[in-house]
Parts: sequence; structure tokens; C-alpha cells
Amino acid sequence: MPFIPHTQSETASMLNAIGAQQIDDLFEEIPQSLRADSPANPQDGMGEMEIGQLMRERAAADDGVLCFAGGGAYQHHIPAAVWELATRGEFYTAYTPYQAEASQGTLQMLYEYQSMVSSLMAMDVSNASLYDGASALAEAVLMAVRANRRSKSKRILMPKTVNPTYRKVVHTLVRHQGIELVELDYDIEKGVVDPGSLNIEEGDDYTALVIPLPGYFGTLEDVHGLTDMAHKHGMLVIGCVNPVAIALLSPPGEWGEKGADIVCGEGQPLGIPLSSGGPFLGFLCSTKALVRQLPGRLIGQTRDLEDHPGFALTLQAREQHIRRSKATSNICTNQGLMVTAATIFMSLMGGSGLKQMASGSHQNSHKLADRLTAVDGVTQNFTSPFFHELVINLPKPADEVLAALVWQDIVGGIALAENYPELGENALLVCATELRSDSDIERFTVALEAVLAEEGE
Amino acid sequence: MLIFERSEPGRENRAQRIVDSGYSLDTIPESLKRRAEVQLPEVSELQAVRHYTRLSQKNFSIDTNFYPLGSCTMKYNPRSSNTLAMQSGFLNRHPASDAALGQGVMACLYELQEMLQQVTGMEAASLTPAAGAQGEFAGVAMIRAYHDARDDDDRNEILVPDAAHGTNPASAVMCGYKVREIPTNDSGDVDVAALREVVGPQTAGIMLTNPSTLGVFERRIEEIADIMHKAGGLLYYDGANLNAILGKTRPGDMGFDVIHINVHKTFSTPHGGGGPGAGPVVANSRLAPYLPIPMVKKIDADSSGQAAEYGWMDENDCPESIGRLSAWSGNVGILLRAYVYAKMLGTDGMERVADYSVLNANYLMKKMEQAGFSLAIPERRATHEFIVTLKREAKELGVSAMDFAKRLLDYGHHAPTTYFPLLVPECLLIEPTETEDKETLDAFVDAMVQILQEAKDSPDQVKGAPWTLPVRRLDDVRAARELDLNWYKQ
Repeated sequence: MPFIPHTQSETASMLNAIGAQQIDDLFEEIPQSLRADSPANPQDGMGEMEIGQLMRERAAADDGVLCFAGGGAYQHHIPAAVWELATRGEFYTAYTPYQAEASQGTLQMLYEYQSMVSSLMAMDVSNASLYDGASALAEAVLMAVRANRRSKSKRILMPKTVNPTYRKVVHTLVRHQGIELVELDYDIEKGVVDPGSLNIEEGDDYTALVIPLPGYFGTLEDVHGLTDMAHKHGMLVIGCVNPVAIALLSPPGEWGEKGADIVCGEGQPLGIPLSSGGPFLGFLCSTKALVRQLPGRLIGQTRDLEDHPGFALTLQAREQHIRRSKATSNICTNQGLMVTAATIFMSLMGGSGLKQMASGSHQNSHKLADRLTAVDGVTQNFTSPFFHELVINLPKPADEVLAALVWQDIVGGIALAENYPELGENALLVCATELRSDSDIERFTVALEAVLAEEGE
Repeated sequence: MLIFERSEPGRENRAQRIVDSGYSLDTIPESLKRRAEVQLPEVSELQAVRHYTRLSQKNFSIDTNFYPLGSCTMKYNPRSSNTLAMQSGFLNRHPASDAALGQGVMACLYELQEMLQQVTGMEAASLTPAAGAQGEFAGVAMIRAYHDARDDDDRNEILVPDAAHGTNPASAVMCGYKVREIPTNDSGDVDVAALREVVGPQTAGIMLTNPSTLGVFERRIEEIADIMHKAGGLLYYDGANLNAILGKTRPGDMGFDVIHINVHKTFSTPHGGGGPGAGPVVANSRLAPYLPIPMVKKIDADSSGQAAEYGWMDENDCPESIGRLSAWSGNVGILLRAYVYAKMLGTDGMERVADYSVLNANYLMKKMEQAGFSLAIPERRATHEFIVTLKREAKELGVSAMDFAKRLLDYGHHAPTTYFPLLVPECLLIEPTETEDKETLDAFVDAMVQILQEAKDSPDQVKGAPWTLPVRRLDDVRAARELDLNWYKQ
């Protein structure tokens, strides 16, 4: 019996202590009419050897692929120590640190994480994580609605340069609370928010503006101008940023005159593997003034009975297990293990290592841009500067090109037509991080040339 | 000591340096560049490794301690699940890759969907919710989508028993519903008479956990389902306590319309210090069209002899779906661990989970009762967990449930869940799980007996606990009053 330690004689003596004849007697309170029949397709359990063989085959089937896709999930270098440490049983098999004295390891690690992310974003505070970047943006929107007491409209300005899946997730998660997401168009030449589409007049009421950095197209928004404009009109500013990019780019806390009020994003680039899209890690920061509106767990440093420093969950009055229907969010678990990895990652890389990673990605993506746009018929879509991702226009439908590249085990990027029909079916979002070597880029370029040279099917 | 205090300006971890590609193309406008360097710890690799190894040693964990935390199902997390999920082919797959480059992982996800449907008695599954609370949100949003699709717009109320987890009412509110609490009777069942009184044309549904958070089976569940369905309301099952009934009885047969499963409980994926979990939702045919996307579908082999393939179901396949809950397809890495565990159990193994988790709980309950502790509901069988109330001890000895909990830590046992459910005063909710051996359960009873004796002889020993952990009892009031959440801004 896998993972059940009982011997027959132990089971017998335990039943005897209970006063039951057999284990099944313990289920006597379940009405007979509800007792499950034997399953229609019974399956034998597998030993570790058998399941190991099956899983190795399946992992091998998906392995050995060269990736130039980003769109919110990025393949970066991960130091070996990160997951060696994060999967130590003492981190891996602990639960939410409700018993603070027995959880100082997790609690201190979370406090260090909060400090590091706040420092990176130049914000006052960070929570102890949310599920992923998309749900973090939804929580940021809900938070802005709670926090901006001057605004009555519950209207959020949401640029189309924000990751389109994030926008869908926000819609799913906030639609039942009377919140309206107002789309902001982008400049088709530059690939950044079109200031012309921002016809805000005196007295217009919007609750918050979301500003991505970089935007979904990889482009860099005028974060300072947008922040000042939003503040001038009484909005809160929600930054939605890539944490690796922020090692190189202006941190949200320093945007414009006053800085962003709420900052969220996807923490996956900080030491977390792609894993088909999860588990990842959503981060959420704010100014000190808004701390009581933050959802999710918060760890504070405090003192014990003997005045020694220690760490504990704090401001729990915001949370569902205390406030129930009046909580700031229904969130219960966070992404503790992913936070462990990200914290160890940031410690091992340090500020200078993180900046090198950002510069390396920035340089490689420009190398990629130069090589790809040298291929016949391939052009770059937008004129704005970009971080490590860009949109190119192919002489063929991007879907077809991607499908052809699959045969060479290359993920050539993300086709944009479904979410951005105005860009046409040939638009492709490509990315190169610091991991993509010259020969990787060469292999992609040669493969793309070959695919484009084939006659149409 | 904090990692920041080990930092020395100018110290670099050279092993992790990223080689400059020499392709210096500085296109970033000056105004968008970061002005000050990022402040992060500057430590050597050994310093970091030693620091986080030492931090880990300050934790209780399943791997090191008995962890009878009620309602959390802290069972052994097989190492095989972790090792097999963390293979390069799974870790390095980009979520936007073509399905042709993900047949291995998608085969696992598809089979997991099927196994979850079978064991819950439901029609269709979506694995995408990232945690139990997101699964709850999904379930209630599906109930709402069902009523909305029928233009049944007056249903604005969700019923929740007073013993429910706090996430239940919080999730209902996120779906735009008012919450109405239903009382529980003394033997731990929902008060059916009270339910009949409040059910009506305004009722959208009810959220129930079965076994309930009181650790007993809801015996009148068929009647409750009947009342709800006759009134046009639907039933949502909170899968927090699924461990107790796995393979024994199925929520689908009880009359539930949608259920979420905490794979970090029942399917033994790690709790990771508070996540990541995963909260798949499984629904009957009535609610299946509204399941969150994406899901995995099987494309059967065609006559040309092409092998079966797996693909994603998205907005185009599921136009009535409540939509997306995460940027991609949920916590796939966690779902793979659940898949490995489920495959190792097989169908018989799943039933044994219920058998032995319930055996352990009933044995421990009996032992505790024999040792002189009061049970919250002594006349009932325990399911996979049970409640001890220390109301008498608190009154007579001035030693609270929290004091017992803290003193247990000194004895090397993690504390049970304290002060939940809120209905039972001075309570400990105790869930031993099926993976613990008899000696461990006996040792726990011995520790509780000794603590009770200490409470009588030298109560300060208990009230001052813990004594042997890295810190003594912490000042929560100070933590909230003098907020210190960020080392750089103390």
C-alpha cells in the first residue's frame, strides 16, 4: 500500500481500540444509497519504477526545444542552488506559517522577499505573493477601486498594450463587482499607448490607469508622462512590470513626479522555470499609504517575549479567515515555494547580476531583431525602443510559419492575429533572453529563411 | 540574521555572471533608465546557500514533524512526484508552444482530468484554478453563469453554513453575491429546517463541505440537494475534506453540481510554505459548459492511422466558459505531481486513502477521549479529522487551546488547527492523515497528556511556551502596530 505504514496487526489493534470490527464500519454514517460502486475502469497503482518510466518517456517527448517565445513567460538562467534549496523538505513540505514559532524559516524568507521586491520596484511594501501576474493585476485593480476614495466610477483605463490574456483574466475576476475596464488604444506606428486616445476632460472620473513596462509588444511606454497625467486627473497608477527589465529600467516607484501607487507583475523570470505556464508567482507592491488595502499575506518583523527579533503574519484583519465576506480578497494560499526560489535567486544574482541578465537579454533581442529583419521580406513593426521582445512582420501568416518551425523543434514566437487583428495575420512576437546564444539565433534565422522560401502549400 | 546583514558592498557572485554579448546597442532613452543600482544582497554563493539552509532548519515540516493540522491534509508528499515533475522536458516547455511540442505533458493533464471526474462522479474537469480559493471562485462564477444564461436574474444570494471556511463567503462576494449563513445543529449537521426557511427564488446556490469542517459526514445531504434543486438553486462542493471519502462516496452522487479539489491536500502535492496549490474544478453536465478555460481534449485517432493527439480547448470550443483565471493553464507543475501520485495509488489506492485516514482519525479521537479530553461531537464517528474542545481546561486551569498548541511545538509536534471552526470554543481540529504510523499517533496523545498535567502542576510552563524553538512567543500586536514589512525601509 503506497505511503500507508500500517501492518495488519496494527490495523487490528487500532480497530479494537475504536471498538469497530472492520475499517468499513467507520463509514457507517454515509447513507448506503450514496456508497460508491466499484469504479467502471479500475486502474492498478503503479510502483515508482513504472511511473518513472512513463514520466521519463513523456518528459523526453517534450524536451529539446529551442524557444524564442515570451509573452509573459521567459526562459532565463537559473542558478543550480535555487531549486536544490527550494526543494529541501523543510521548505517544500511546510504549510502556511500560522504557527509563527515553528515557521521562522519560511517567515524570514518571505520578509526578505518582500524587502527585495520592494527594493527592486522602489516601492514601500510588497505582499508575500499572489498566484501569477494576471491574477495579481486583477487584485491590483480591485485594490485601486477600494483605495481611490475620490473616484466613484469604478472605471479602469486598461491599455491594449497590456498582455491580452491578463486583460481577459482581469475581466473574469472583477466583472461581478461593477468594475468597468476601458480600453486604451495604441499608436500603430510606435506600439505604445496613444496619448491621443486619452481625451480626458476636466471632471471625467476614472479610478486608475494601468501602465505596462515593457508593454506586450516589448516596447517601452512613456511611464513618466502617463503617471503624471493620471495623477493630475485623480487616478491611481498601477504599474504592471517585468522584474528583470526593472533592473535596467526606471522602477515604478520613480515614475513621474510621485511614482506609481500600486505595482504588480509576473515574478516567473526570477528563477522560476517555464513549466507550461505555472506554477508562477504574482507580485504586488504599494505605497505605505495603501498597505491596509493590500490583499494576501504580509509578514512583519516583531519581537518575542525575550525581546529577540522574529517574524509573523501581520495585518491579518484584512484576510478571509478573519473577515470572511468582508475580506480584501478570497486568497488563502500564496505561492510560497515560488517565493522561496525567487528569494534565493535574487540573493545569488544580486543587483549587478540581475542587471547583467537584463542587459544580456536586451542585447540579444536586438541581435535577433537585426538578424531576422535581414531575412527577405521580414520587417520590424514598431519604431519605439524595446526591452527584450519585439514584433516582426513576416511575408507569410505567422501561424503557418510557427507550425513549420515545430518540425525543427523551434518555438518561433507568438502569433498576434487573434488578439490584435489590426496587425494582420503575419505579425509575430519574438523574444531572446540572455540564454539565447549566437548559434541559437543563427539556427532560428536559417530555419526561418528556409520556411519562408518554401512555396505556399 | 537577515541575508541583508551578510551583504558586503562590492561582493559579487562571479559564478552567476552573465557574459556581455558585446552587442552593445543602447537604445533605451535616458529618462527610462534606472538611475540608482538595484539594492539586493551582495553575498557569495556559499553565504546564500548556508543562509537559506539554516533558515529551512527553523521550520517544522511534514518531512521533519508530525503535522496534524486539521483541514489541511498534511500527508507525506512523495519524492517521486517532485523528481518526475522536475524533468527538463516539463520544466522548459514554453506555455505558448504548439500543442505538438507538449504531447507528453498534455497526456498527463488529460488523464488527470479523467481520474478526477471518475473519483468525484462528474462529467468534465478544468485543471486551471491556481488554488482552492480560485477553484471556489470558479465554481460560484459557474453557478452565476448558469443562472445568467437562463435570464434568472433575481438569484442574488449564496448560502454558506456558519462552520464554513472563510474563503467560501469571500469567494461568493467576489462573484457579486450576498452571503446568508445557515446554522449548524449540535450534532454537526446543517440545520435543514432553517435551510428550508431561507431557500427561495433569490437563492443562487449553497456552498458545502462534506465531511463538514466539524469533521463529520453531512448525513442529510440528499435531502439538502433536493431542497436546493427544487428551489432552482445549485450545489457547490468545497473539496477541502475529500480525503475522507475518496473512493467511498462521490460528490456527484450526493447531488452536487460543481466541486473544486485541493490537490495539495487530497493528491499530496507540496504545501511549499503556503502554496502553490492547485484547485481543479469538476462539474456535472448542467455546469460543464461554464468551466474555466483552457482544458485538454483528446483528438481521437482518425481512419488514416494518425496517432491520438491532445489539444487545448479555448474560447472557440467553450463559448459559454466563465473565462480564464490565469495567464496560461494553471499550475501545471503541481498538477503533474498530483498525476504521479494518483497513478501510484490507482483506484484501490484511492479508497485506501479514505480507509486509513479515517482509521487514524477515529483511533486518535478514541485515544484522546480515553485520555480525558472532551470531544466537540462525541456521539459521532470521526471522518478524517475531529475536534477536541479545551473549554473546560481553559476555564478551570486558565490554559487556552493556543497555549496547548504552542506547548505541543516543544514536544516536536506541529499544532493542530486552532480556533477553527469558529463555532466550537477553545478548539483543536486534528487531522492525522493516512500516512502516519500508530507510534506517532500514540506519541501525540502522550504529549497532550503530559501538557495537561503541566497545565495542572505548572501552568506557566504551558502559558509561556514554546521554550525550545528559534523564538519564544511573538508579539503580534507589535507586528501590526509598528509595521516593519521591508528591511530597506525600517
